[in-house]
Amino acid sequence: MSLLLAEQIVKDYSGHRALDDVSIEVPKESIFGLLGPNGAGKTSLIRIINQITAPDSGRIVLDGTPLKPEHIEQIGYLPEERGLYKKMKVGEQALYLARLKGMSTSDAKAKLKDWFKRMDMIDWWDKKVEELSKGMAQKVQFITTVLHEPKLLIFDEPFSGFDPINANLIKDEIMRLRERGSTVIFSTHRMESVEEMCDHIALINKSKKILDGKLSKIKEDYKNGIFKVEFHRGTLPTELPADMVVLEQDSSSTRIQLTNGASSNDLLQKLLPSIQIDHFSEVVPTANDIFIRTVQNAAS
Amino acid sequence: MNRTGLIIQREYLSRVRKKSFVVMTLLGPILMASLFIVPILIAESGSPQQEMLVLDETDLFTGYLADNDEVRYTYLDEMDLDQAKTQLKENEAYGLLYIPCGQHCDLNYIEKSIQIYSEKTIGIDLKYGIKRQLEREIENLKLRRDSVDLAKIEAAKTAITISTISLEGEKEEENFSEATTAVGFIMAFLIYMFIFLYGAQVMRGVIEEKSSRIVEVIISSVRPFQLMLGKIVGVAMVGLTQFLLWVILTFAIVTVAQLAFFGDTYSSTEIASQMSGSEGEAAMQAAQNEAIPKIMKVIDSINFPLIIGCFIFYFLGGYLLYGALFAAIGSAVDNERDTQQFMLPVTIPLILAIIVAQTTITNPESPIAFWFSIIPFTSPIIMMVRVAMGVPTMDLVISMISLVLGFLGTVWVAAKIYRTGILMYGKKVSYGEILKWIKFKG
Repeated sequence: MSLLLAEQIVKDYSGHRALDDVSIEVPKESIFGLLGPNGAGKTSLIRIINQITAPDSGRIVLDGTPLKPEHIEQIGYLPEERGLYKKMKVGEQALYLARLKGMSTSDAKAKLKDWFKRMDMIDWWDKKVEELSKGMAQKVQFITTVLHEPKLLIFDEPFSGFDPINANLIKDEIMRLRERGSTVIFSTHRMESVEEMCDHIALINKSKKILDGKLSKIKEDYKNGIFKVEFHRGTLPTELPADMVVLEQDSSSTRIQLTNGASSNDLLQKLLPSIQIDHFSEVVPTANDIFIRTVQNAAS
Repeated sequence: MNRTGLIIQREYLSRVRKKSFVVMTLLGPILMASLFIVPILIAESGSPQQEMLVLDETDLFTGYLADNDEVRYTYLDEMDLDQAKTQLKENEAYGLLYIPCGQHCDLNYIEKSIQIYSEKTIGIDLKYGIKRQLEREIENLKLRRDSVDLAKIEAAKTAITISTISLEGEKEEENFSEATTAVGFIMAFLIYMFIFLYGAQVMRGVIEEKSSRIVEVIISSVRPFQLMLGKIVGVAMVGLTQFLLWVILTFAIVTVAQLAFFGDTYSSTEIASQMSGSEGEAAMQAAQNEAIPKIMKVIDSINFPLIIGCFIFYFLGGYLLYGALFAAIGSAVDNERDTQQFMLPVTIPLILAIIVAQTTITNPESPIAFWFSIIPFTSPIIMMVRVAMGVPTMDLVISMISLVLGFLGTVWVAAKIYRTGILMYGKKVSYGEILKWIKFKG
């Protein structure tokens, strides 16, 4: 069951096609990574989902109904270009943003106080935003994004501006929100966070979607029979069959690619007589590898 | 509360709470009130009466110069000039007026030879007062010398008055175009100032939202149009609040000052005539009794309900029209420095309007005044002047309709520019680019 469905979205800006027939499907209660190089069209798609702009063609379905203005209360959006009114007080401003999302004053206030206490920032309530550090302001922004407990959360580069400790804190909060039933769309260039957090990904390049699916499945698809072997004692056999190609080796490890249906057991049988194996595993491509490889393939 | 209401509330409160707003709101009335009070104070306080010695060797003018609040004339007898000078020092008098006789006390000699001695600076008013009086007397003396009948000359002197009577409407009524013109021009000027001051505030507000990068957060909750309109309306309410406070505070300060400084001796009509400047003063001097009904008549002749109604209409209409354009400019740039190139076409019609407003006063029915009072970019200013002076109902209706259409049009165009502009960063925007934004759909 998907929470969000984007079907054949096309968006043109004068003389430039920002999105070309892009469809994505975001499963409920998943963390969905929206990836792509700079200028690929990610932000355009996110803005369409947020109804900031409208697509030229195609449609968006949120939780079973076509996107309509009332849906903004069910979406929380943390844009990449984000900020706060510098002269306004933190608490007052958070309250204002929450009420713009349709929350009542009392409800918003109670929830904000909870969040501020939990994040250890209740002292900031009456400070002006301009007195906060960048990381502190980012925290306030994060809270205002998720406060109304929307079904769909969209984070565009949520970790930029955070130190590693706070980035981790935010990561945990995102995971917690997912556990409580939110669905998360997550756009970032930090592939290690994609690796850690995302269940599904879609890759957009030059306005077109070039890859999507479950991350574990994609990884499976992108495996190319490379095995990593760590050993001590002995040397690799000099003669290996033609379907076992040594990619690299040094005195205690090697990477060997199997082709033409050679199996890992075949490889082990060849290796066992000559070396003492400490570690044997298939190399799973990282999100980073997949990203680079897919984008480069698309270019060539 | 709906979302636009929330935005209006925030825009309003964040401005009204600013120190600069409070300072301006308090300072404005003090400045305004001092404009009314200071001239009265000066007139009231005046300098103490001075003594002026007169040494008249001709004996022609003795007792002729009239004492007044500022100066008292003391005539010296049987003295020569040196004695008179000593007297001047001893008496510590203000000055010594010396009218020499020469050899034959010839009038042509006297008129060239009058002198004032003084250790102080002689005020220009005093000097000309003396000059005027002596001139008139010497004239009379000359006429008498030549046997001209003074009574005939007196009878021939003429001062005419022309009343302008408006034929519009059913009853003929005398109108006082000077007063109504002034009212119209003041209101037109207020609209002009209001548009500039608060239009610029709208623009700065938009730039602030854009440069602090909060705008995308907000427009994921509300439509860009709501944000723009909320800002324009919020700022308008700030302006109206300030205006209202100015009027109330100015009135309060003037009233309090009047009681404190002048007590009961100065009636409010006198202050009113002081305020209306030289015209009122002249009327007062001429005949105190006639002045009051005349002022009342002037006030009666101004159609206040119409003027105030039109003022509010043109005030809001003009502000909405320009406020939208200022918002559009703010959205198209990254910082205030870049606004210059777009400000020019917006400010030119306004400046043109205030220039044409001055010619409208002298010639309210000219084609240029007519067209400028129809075109929505200038009508809030020009029509305000014309309304005060009296305008055909048809012209007013056309002008109002075109202003409504005008501001709907600019708000529509501005919304299109705004929607795209607020999300554009780091790009120098050209007019061509803006034209494209207007054409975007969706």
